[in-house]
Formats: sequence, structure tokens, C-alpha cells
Amino acid sequence: MGNTLKQLRRSPQFMIGFVIFITVLALVIIYPLIVAADPLEMVGQGIFYKPGTYISVADTVTQSMVSEKSYILNIDTSANRLSSRISVEDRKAMIDWLEKYGGVEEGTLSTADDEVGKLIDTWCEKYDASNPQKGLIAARKKYYVRLDSSLKELLKSQDIIISEYGEDGELEKRGKVADNIYVNVKDIPNQRTFLLGTDNFGRDVLTELIYATRTSLLIGFIAGIVATGIGLFFGLLAGFLGGFADDFIMFVTNLFTVVPSFVILILISYSVGQEARGVFMVAVIIGLTSWTWTTRSVRSQVISLRNRDHVNMSKLSGHGLFRIILVDILPYIASYVVMAFILQISSGILAEAQLSMLGLGPATTKTATLGLMMNWALTYTAHLNGSWWAYFPVILVIALISFSLNLMNTGMDQVFNPTLRD
Amino acid sequence: MDYVLKGYKKYYVNKLIWYLLTFIVAVVLNFVLPRMMPGNPVSTIAAQTTQGMTDATAIQKVYAEYAEAFGINKPMYKQFFMWVRNLLRGDMGVSFSQYPRKVSDIVSSSIWWTIALQLPAIIVGWLLGNILGAVAAYMRKGFDKVILPVFLFISNIPAFGMAVVLLTIFAVKLHWAPTSGGYGFDLIPNFSLPFILSVLDHYKLPFLSIVLVTIGGQAIGMRSMSIYELNADYVKYSRFLGIKDSKIVKYVFRNAMLPQITGLAMSLGTMVGGALVAEIVFSYPGIGTTLLSAITGRDYPLISACTLIITIMVLLANLFVELLYALIDPRIKAAQSD
Repeated sequence: MGNTLKQLRRSPQFMIGFVIFITVLALVIIYPLIVAADPLEMVGQGIFYKPGTYISVADTVTQSMVSEKSYILNIDTSANRLSSRISVEDRKAMIDWLEKYGGVEEGTLSTADDEVGKLIDTWCEKYDASNPQKGLIAARKKYYVRLDSSLKELLKSQDIIISEYGEDGELEKRGKVADNIYVNVKDIPNQRTFLLGTDNFGRDVLTELIYATRTSLLIGFIAGIVATGIGLFFGLLAGFLGGFADDFIMFVTNLFTVVPSFVILILISYSVGQEARGVFMVAVIIGLTSWTWTTRSVRSQVISLRNRDHVNMSKLSGHGLFRIILVDILPYIASYVVMAFILQISSGILAEAQLSMLGLGPATTKTATLGLMMNWALTYTAHLNGSWWAYFPVILVIALISFSLNLMNTGMDQVFNPTLRD
Repeated sequence: MDYVLKGYKKYYVNKLIWYLLTFIVAVVLNFVLPRMMPGNPVSTIAAQTTQGMTDATAIQKVYAEYAEAFGINKPMYKQFFMWVRNLLRGDMGVSFSQYPRKVSDIVSSSIWWTIALQLPAIIVGWLLGNILGAVAAYMRKGFDKVILPVFLFISNIPAFGMAVVLLTIFAVKLHWAPTSGGYGFDLIPNFSLPFILSVLDHYKLPFLSIVLVTIGGQAIGMRSMSIYELNADYVKYSRFLGIKDSKIVKYVFRNAMLPQITGLAMSLGTMVGGALVAEIVFSYPGIGTTLLSAITGRDYPLISACTLIITIMVLLANLFVELLYALIDPRIKAAQSD
């Protein structure tokens, strides 16, 4: 046992997989201890707010009027502001004009955000509405005039007046926010960071994802335990008893290998009904449909062990079937069973995801699973409206868990089957 | 020669009988599973259908319809034979969600989309994956060091995940392909050039996503099988004899291929299931999307028909693979003619 562990530690594949898996597991356990937010709380009013920090506008405005909480920074704010207000089309048109009539050399100006300042400076210097502008239709000329005046408007100092209703119902000026007034984000009491934005219900995707990963891992574990239990039982029975029992069990096993488990999963999940379909139920159903691989490998191992000397010795000593299996067989097949179990966790998580995407996942409003998150994201067409944060992290987590488990499995395979070693 | 043919015949007959039995069991399962559930299956299923309905007479009608369709007043075996008789006539009932369309019509219009998508995609992915896996095993250094981790990761991306990622990159961002459907929404299916071009245009991404996922899994399996074979005694002996490398590779490829074919037969069900869910991402008009709409529409007759047709599809494909296997593996010939 100790030797095996040492060998496993030396297998790079196993270790990489193990580290990834343990990291995911640790994250899932530790995160809820630090962030005590309800994963299903609907924070956002709208759907799919993008990732970032959201700060209260009212707070920002009040802070900016408190002199010790507002700061003056000598940064030219107009360029950034302009770049967000002037569209790329307008910039292209400006460059076009400047190159044709302003005598600016081609290629010196660009539409890039950080060069808007330069573009506007050149524009103010070179633009002249009285230029004959040969070859330009009247509508286009008017467009440039409009563009010019709106630019001039934007360039004016942008003080914002803050006023409140006084006692007589008239607006009274309370303060003025100049161009160069800044507040520190740390001074804003009301703010919330969504590292992965919000989903279609306005829930924080990161928190939801962590809890969903936990639930999905749980589903994987339960499904794996159920499947391994059934597989082990039938495999031992078939391998040890042989004869008719073996034939019958193998017939059933082959049958369920060929009949797609996906179909059986759908049929059972649908018939169970929505109310009964909790997390645990879904996990058990998945386990019930994925035991065939374990049965096969356990059976073939048992058959090769059945007539070994130590097993025969045990039989001759009058030990019971139970003891022979427990002492003389199980330790020898343990590695195969563990390997099959690991693969079943990953296929269980995948099965839940696929089932949920068909609308047959755990029907519960109390927890999130990876599949349910994916299902909602696609139902609200996150993939078509560019809300990558609602589905991409979910896919990544599923792929990472499955990747790490498969790496562990490959590493173990190489340790236990010397022929596969590099 | 006569002897050999006899061996094949025995093998084929055995396989055919086995698959026939499996088919019967699958059909029985399709019938029994929904009826085995605790409580009254008709009321459970009908309750799901009537959820949100307020009209009492309509609810009554749904219950009556289900009771009629299931024939619950009769004993189980009679229900079964009634169901099988209808099935043989191609009568799978009337769809609830797309009333009054017949279930058999809906299924037969979507099945071809699925077959035309999945069959070529899985074959191409399987072939490419095996070639890449064998090349990786043969080259080892360099190519293998890059290809193995990449394919290991790709093979762990679920099919629907791959579909969403491809869709986002190539359809939404780059506009190289349409985002959804099997053909342009402004076209009516017919055999004209614009329609066929539109179908091909919509075909690219779903096809690519299934191929990529299949390649990943197959390449890894083939790689380890080939490494196993490359270390076998016959390879060492052949090298010792001075047989050309290209000839040895041919032996190795052929021998490593056999378990891969068996592997294909065993994992076909899982592959098809994954690809069906990937279809949903593209709103491809195949069985996967039909199944989704049936489940969301709580349309039991349609769900049952979809699962049955998927089972039949997978069983037929499996049978075909196994029959093909016999032609390639000489050991079967030998074993059967003993």
C-alpha cells in the first residue's frame, strides 16, 4: 500500500490531476466559509450584468461633495470621455476628411482609443467648414458641420451641477462636480464586485458556480458510489460463481452496454416526475445506469484470480465465500475499482449536465448545479448575446474536473499496468 | 474456404440473434420503465402535461387521452401488445405539444438531420483520432509531448461545451457560420441549390464540434494501444529480422485498431447522447432538439418515440460495427470454426 502511494506520487500525470482536483475541492469547501453570500440571491434586476465592480452612484456623488473624501487629480479626462462618446465610424469619417482636405498625410492618424486625443487636436486645428471640399455631397458636408459642433460641445469643461429641491419646491444648487474631481473606490460604502458578472436571474455567477460545483461533485460521488457498488456486486458474483450466473449477469451487462444509458436516464428521469427529482434522486438514477464498466472489469479480474493458489488455499481451509472475497479477492482488485470509481465521478457530472440541458435535471430551486447553470444560460441565449461569463466558466469547470480525474486515472493505469509505462 | 465461410455464418447468426434479443429488451424497457414508477404513471405524466392548465374540461380530456393511450384499464400484458401492435403499424400516437401532428411524422422528419450530422462526424472523428494517436505513439518525442496533453484536455470538454465555444467564436464573433438552425429561416426545404448551400453552411459548426470531441477521445485510446503494441515481442522480433519500419507500423496499426473498433461499439451510445445535446446548442433540427422540445412541452408520446428511435439507431450502428469487426479480425474466423 505504502509502495503504491510512493509510485503514484512519482507519476506526473497522477500528481497533476490530483493537484487540480484537490484545488477545485478546496475552493469549493473554503469559498463558502469566507464569502457568506446566498448563491441563489437575485442581486441584479436585469439579466447578464457584465463582470466588474458596481459602485453606488448616489454614494459617489455625495462623497465627491465631501471635501476630505474627494481628490483632485491632474489627469486630462476629456480623451477618455471623448473616446467613449465618439463612435469608430465618426473617427473614420474625421480621418477621411483630414486626409482629403486637411493635408494630413495618410496613415498618421488612427481610430484607436488612446489616439483620440491626437485626432481631436488635429481636427480642431485643421477643420474648416469654409473649405470647398470638392467631391463631397451637401449632406456629407452638413454631417461634418454637425460632427464639429458636437465635438466642440463635448470639449467644453464638463462641470456637473448637483441640486436638490428646496423648501419652496425650487431647485437649489448644492454643489458642483468639476472635471478633475475623483473619489477613491475604497471610500464608497455601497459596492459589490461580481468577478464573473451575474446570470439571467441576476445572481452572482461566481458564488453560484462554486456552490454548483459542490453540488455537481456530490452528484458525481453519489452516482459513482452507487455505480461502483452495483458493479462490484455483480462483477464479484459473476466472476466468482461462474456458470449460469456468470452467463446471465454478462448477458444483462452487455445488454446495458449497448442500449444507450442516456436513453434509460431520460426515461427514468421523466417518469419520476418533477417533484421527486431532487439532487440525490438524480445522482442515484445516474448511478443506476452506469455500472456496466465496473462489472466487466471486476469480473475479468476475479476470473483471473479465482484459481490462484492463495484463493484455493483459503477454500481448502474452509473459509466462507464472504471471507474469501473480502480477504483474498478484494485487495487485489481494489486498484481497478478505484480507477473505475474515479471515471464514474466524471461521467456522473457530465451526465447530470446533459440531463439538465434537456430540462430533466434536478428540479430544485434551492441549489444550483453545473448543468442547471448551463441550461439557464442557453435558455436565455447567453451564447448569442455575448454574455460569456454565464456559460464559459461552467464549461471550463466541467472540463477541468473531468480532465483532472482522467489524468489521475491514466497515471494510476500506468502505475498498475507496467506495460503502459513510458 | 467452405470451412471459413461456415465460421462467419455462425458468428453472424449469433450476433444477429443477440441484437434481436437486445432490441426486444430495449423495446420492453421503453414500455415498462415509465410504468414502473411509484404511484400512477398516467397521473404523474398527465399532471406534468396539465401543469399550468386551468380549464377543467381540458385537463379531463388530457387525462382521458393518456388513459386511452396507455390503455391503463387493461392488464399490463394486453397494454404491451396493444402498444407493440401500434408501433409496428408506425402509429406512435399524436403529439401533445405539436397537436395535431403525428409523432411518427415529427420523428421521421428530424431523424435524417441527426443521421446526416452524426454518422459522418463520428466516422471522420474516429478515423482522424486513430491516425493522430498512432502517429503520436510512433513519434513519441516532440509531437507526442504536444499532442497528448492537448487531446487529453479536448477529450474532456463535453460535446455541448465544445459546441458553445465554437458557436461563440466562429458564428457570433467571426460570422463565419450561422448561429442556429439547419437551414436559412427564409427557405423552404427543397432540392434547389440555394437550399443545399444553406444546409451546408449550417452543417459546418455542428459537424466540426462533434469531430473535435471524437478525435480527442480516440487519439488517446489509440496512442496507448499503439504504445502497447510497439513494445510487443513481435515488433521487437520484426525489427531484429530487419523488416522495414513502414511494414511494422502497418502491423502495429492493424493490431491496435481492433480494440479501438470494439471500443467504438461500446462507447457509441455515450457519443450519440453527447452529440444529441450538442445539437440543442445549434438548434439543429434533429432528434436532440426534438427531444428537448418534447420534454419542455411535456409531450410524453414524442419523448417515448425519440428514445426508441435513438435506441434503434445506436443498436443498428453497433451491429454494423460488430459485423465489420468480424471481417477485420482473423481470430473470430479461427474461434468460430473450431
